[in-house]
Parts: sequence; structure tokens; C-alpha cells
Amino acid sequence: MTTTKSFIITAPGGVPYIDFERDFDAPVAAVFRAHSEPGLIKQWLGPRGYEMDIERYDFTTGGGYRYIHRNGQGEEFAFNGVFHTVRQNEFAIQTFEFEGFPDVVSIESLRFEDLGNGRTRLHGHAVYPTLEARDAMVASNMEAGMTQGYERLDELVGAQ
Amino acid sequence: MIVDPSADDRLDRAFTALADPVRRRIIARLSRGPATVNELADPFDISKQAVSKHIQVLEQAGLVTRTRDAQRRPVHLNAAQLEALTAWIDKYRLIHEQRFRSLDALLDALDSPDTPQDATQQHATQQDATQQDATATGVTPPEEQE
Repeated sequence: MTTTKSFIITAPGGVPYIDFERDFDAPVAAVFRAHSEPGLIKQWLGPRGYEMDIERYDFTTGGGYRYIHRNGQGEEFAFNGVFHTVRQNEFAIQTFEFEGFPDVVSIESLRFEDLGNGRTRLHGHAVYPTLEARDAMVASNMEAGMTQGYERLDELVGAQ
Repeated sequence: MIVDPSADDRLDRAFTALADPVRRRIIARLSRGPATVNELADPFDISKQAVSKHIQVLEQAGLVTRTRDAQRRPVHLNAAQLEALTAWIDKYRLIHEQRFRSLDALLDALDSPDTPQDATQQHATQQDATQQDATATGVTPPEEQE
């Protein structure tokens, strides 16, 4: 069963932030688990048509990650960062760097809110060094999955 | 990356400019071609002066330009500025929505007892070598505290 879930993004004017909110029909423990186990991360984080190679993924305070999206044309997009704080079923804060854009690092926090009745609200907040960095990082980060993203979106919308 | 301090202000003004429904309709009209203030005011139940003010806001945000064409002064859409403004957030939304829908599917699967969770688990354990090492050396990962 697929239901349409609201996905709220806000990008306040003049500050390099992005905030989002998304609800899930699953308990906090499951949503947290999907963020913490590399084998599960692989199943949802990567864009379609790309192999997601997780070199390292240690979702613990002081841990870190590096993963690479590879497509059939031999293109690679690598990302890395560190997990500054991870509190089970509650909160995580990490850095994020697209290696195609070295030294431009964003700080992203995730808050897992228990809505009761087996539902969860995920609150995301990303801070970029500058507005230009935000726009450029989002644009280049997306290169990895844009075409497939549109195709997939069409499919998803069509399926409802 | 070149950081242009005025770009912050410009983007800020553009977001503010587009927060108004009348101004969004003016932009929509201009996307079909240049128009005069009179032509732009026509579909609205507001004064020509009010429309002029809206156009001024759009002009300051760099979203439209006015050419000196004797008395006519048609208003043109600055499509490049509009694209620069909307492209990144649309992409952001799209990629995250795609991700979260995949996550929905995964969460459904985790919830279902028919799912062969062993395969998933095995994979996770394999990839999770760093964390296993941490445990072995006596460092307790947060998920094992409680």
C-alpha cells in the first residue's frame, strides 16, 4: 500500500540552510535502523541505475562513512563524512562532502520524532558554508541521480 | 568557488518577490512573452499603480527587466535568474522524495514477516566491519547502550 506522504522542504531566504520534514508509517526504531545499517542504507539511499559501494559506514558517535555511486558508463560519485553525534532512535549529526566538490562541507542533523501509533517524523536540517555552496552542492550532488530520479518519479506517480 | 556577497541579497530578494501570488502570476504571464504594465494589470482586480509596485519588486530581485521603448517600456522575464533560483531546490526535493519513497518500501519490507531478513542482516554485518572492530576493542557503539 502506498500513501502520499507530505514532504516539506523550507529554504529560508538569505541563510544557507535547508530544512525538511517527512513522515513514515513505521516505528522510530525501524526508521533509525534503516539509517544505521549499511546493508539497509544501500537499499534506499542510492539513485536507481547506480551501484552503491559502501566503503565504510559506522553510524556511531565519532564514526564516519564513505560511499561511491557508480553507473554503467563508468561514472563515479563519491561522498564522505563523519558522524559527530549519534543517539539511538533520537538524533544524529554528520558532515557531508561530495568529493567532486572538495573542501565544501555541509553539516546535517536528523531528528527522529516518535509520533506514536508506529509512526515517525524525520526532521532534517542542513547548513552549508554559503548560499552558493548550497546551490552548487545540491546541483552537483544531484547529477548522480537526476535522470533516473525523474524516470523513477514518473513511475511512482504513475503507480498511484 | 567564487563567493559574491551581493548574490546572497539577490537570492533573498528573489525568494521574497516570489512569495506573493500576484507577482507569481505576473511571472507566469511574462513567461509567454514581454508585456506592458497595462497588459499585466489587465487580469487583476487591482490598480495599475499596485501592479507597477509589484513589477518594481520583481525588477529589484533581478527577475524581470524593463526596456526603454519610448512610452511602452515592456517588461521582460529574466529567465536565467528564475532558473538559477528554482533549479537547486527542485532537484533537492526530487532526489530526497525518491530516496524517501525507497525508504518507505524498505520499511514496509522490514515490517513484513515474509521478508528474508537474513540476507539483509548478513550484508549489514559484512559492511559493518569497522563497527564490529570497535566493539571487539571494548568501545561500545551507542546502539548497545541503554
